[in-house]
Amino acid sequence: MYLHANSDQCSGCRACLLACSLHLFGENNPKKAALAIIPHFPEPGTFEVRTCTQCGTCAEVCPVGAIHQNDRGAYYIDPEECTACMVCVEECPEGVIFTHPDHEAPFKCDLCGECIEVCGMEVLSIVDS
Amino acid sequence: MNGYGGTILRINLSDGTIKKEPTPAELAAKFLGGRGFGIYFLYTEVPKGADPLSPENKLIISSGPLSGTLVPGAGKMDFTCKSPLTGGYASASVGGMLTAELKYAGYDSIILEGASERPVYLFVDDDDVRLRDADDLWGKGSITVEAELKRRLGEEFQIATIGPGGENLVKYACITHDFGRQAGRGGVGAVMGSKKLKAIAVHGTKSIPIADIDDFYARAKEMYKACKASELWEAWQRYGTSGVNAWANEVGAFPVRNFQSGALDDYSGLSGETMRQRIVVTDKACFGCPSPCGKYSHSKKYNVYVEGPEYETAALLGGNVGLLDIEDVAYANWLCDELGLDSISTGNAIGFAMECFEKGIITAEDADGLKLRWGDPEVVFALIRKIAAREGIGAVLAEGVKRASQIWGKGSEDFAIQVKGMEMSGYESRNAPAMLLSYMTCDVGAHHNRSWAITYDLEVGRDKISPDKAAKVIELQHIRPLFDCLGACRLQWVELHLDLGHYAPILKAITGIDRSWEDLLKISERVWNLTRMYWVREVEGFGREWDYPPPRTYREPVVSGPTKGKLVAWEDVQRLLDMYYEQRGWDANGIPTEEKLKELGLLELVRS
Repeated sequence: MYLHANSDQCSGCRACLLACSLHLFGENNPKKAALAIIPHFPEPGTFEVRTCTQCGTCAEVCPVGAIHQNDRGAYYIDPEECTACMVCVEECPEGVIFTHPDHEAPFKCDLCGECIEVCGMEVLSIVDS
Repeated sequence: MNGYGGTILRINLSDGTIKKEPTPAELAAKFLGGRGFGIYFLYTEVPKGADPLSPENKLIISSGPLSGTLVPGAGKMDFTCKSPLTGGYASASVGGMLTAELKYAGYDSIILEGASERPVYLFVDDDDVRLRDADDLWGKGSITVEAELKRRLGEEFQIATIGPGGENLVKYACITHDFGRQAGRGGVGAVMGSKKLKAIAVHGTKSIPIADIDDFYARAKEMYKACKASELWEAWQRYGTSGVNAWANEVGAFPVRNFQSGALDDYSGLSGETMRQRIVVTDKACFGCPSPCGKYSHSKKYNVYVEGPEYETAALLGGNVGLLDIEDVAYANWLCDELGLDSISTGNAIGFAMECFEKGIITAEDADGLKLRWGDPEVVFALIRKIAAREGIGAVLAEGVKRASQIWGKGSEDFAIQVKGMEMSGYESRNAPAMLLSYMTCDVGAHHNRSWAITYDLEVGRDKISPDKAAKVIELQHIRPLFDCLGACRLQWVELHLDLGHYAPILKAITGIDRSWEDLLKISERVWNLTRMYWVREVEGFGREWDYPPPRTYREPVVSGPTKGKLVAWEDVQRLLDMYYEQRGWDANGIPTEEKLKELGLLELVRS
């Protein structure tokens, strides 16, 4: 299972990013979200949504084994075990492992699905891999 | 301070000093934020009688306590200053991403003071705040500059910029953000230009402090759910404000040929459906909005990308100047955006010039050889460029229609469609007295966003002149601008019918301060009355006659369409004002009484 995004539908509002930060950190801050919206303006005028495909590359490359799977099958980074080497950030093929100056450890999508609830444009869904 | 960035950023462009001041809790309690902060700083800090384009004027940019939070549409920012167009109060609202970004950088307002000698731009990256050289950006278009600054600084920076119109001090120059969103009205872009400030670039990474995060998140999710469940969502999302085009024509509210008529014989070339099919590329939302009214378009005919045309632009640069093809309007829209002109005032000014030409008040000689015929796209494009450059006839039109009518005279004052010096936005109101009263009493001039009462006219009877219409206008003038204090968009309520009962509880969850909806409306009334007192202070002899509508309204009946033959008689104009002033607690000259100012806690502030 992974969080699928239909970028063609996205209007770039970023409510999903806020829901993500509220879930992951209990904070209202889209800079602490585990998905990304990349606007392409003024041309061609589209939004690109990047989400984690749960491919597991991060867990494979983590030198200290700090990345595990939760009961939804999503990979998550345990901040207690993480040494902040940033190898997972560099190796992630989708560029969806994120960092923020407040936190030493990077963070990623844990498939909570809360972003889906606030998206007005039905961009996001959880689908089978 | 929960719900706030907590800091006011004060930038003196004359000497380059940058100060950070804590946002006063008393200020937030009394004026909330957004346009509330704007009028407070304008009233208390800009000296009486300041020339709007001098260093004495200040440009105050403010977010609100909802800005940047997970509340549907929490993406509105206010720009307040003394208006070069009207000489009174100006407050222009812009959507997009900037207001949220400012909060994430930790600021509630930016106060821009003085004037720089050289072109500069303001760089804000969290705590790192600097003025940077903008020599190489000066003279360039708004879209070009936004793209260039994002290329230099990074996509995550949010940019607000002026175009050549603002640099050349066009009295209705706008400030552009997010590739097509405008702080449009009243000449805020000219004030920025007078300070030689080309752009503002903001990036922030901080969390907004929230008093009760769990209660807030639960309520926010309920609000999004309610928006998505609205049966009005689908049509609003599909067409945005362009859906209004057909409706306005059907009810005779669409300005045609400088407000001579209220409907086109054939509006199909401008309808929301035509626009959607022919040019719309992407639905483009402001921050946190589940129902994007922004329609991002590509005109193949002119090969330009533009946000819109939204309703006002289709009305003023479409019907009002006789352009009936959506691609022609889209290009005129793009020109206004790139050159940094308010498309409402621009379309109104061009319609006025065309009517003057039609009536022989001006000739091609006065118009640099152009024949100002209705519906000629090349003429419209040429006039837009001339206005932005203040070249030839453009130098007259750049002053706004009130001043242009004084220059050209010969009775043109009767059809200069403005109130207080601000050109009227897109609702022909001769058969909509509550809408007309909204325009007459709007605190920046003839603008619709404080009170959009035309649906009330339709609901209770269009010919009726009655106290309930004044009451409705006042009610709307408190509710709608309250959103501009909160830093959020009102359209989730207006268009999706999101229950207003959501707002006070979620504001409490955010700020930790318990206030009822009525308490919030009282703040909005306080702000409204202070803006009125600003006019009283700045404009000698200000009073009732400043609320009069353009003479066309009461002298000339509508020439065609469903409202043909209608006007609002002079006596009815007076009755509407009497009812309105009485219900507002103002005297017969439209000045707030001492009792009213006392009731609103403004007496001391106004006297000091």
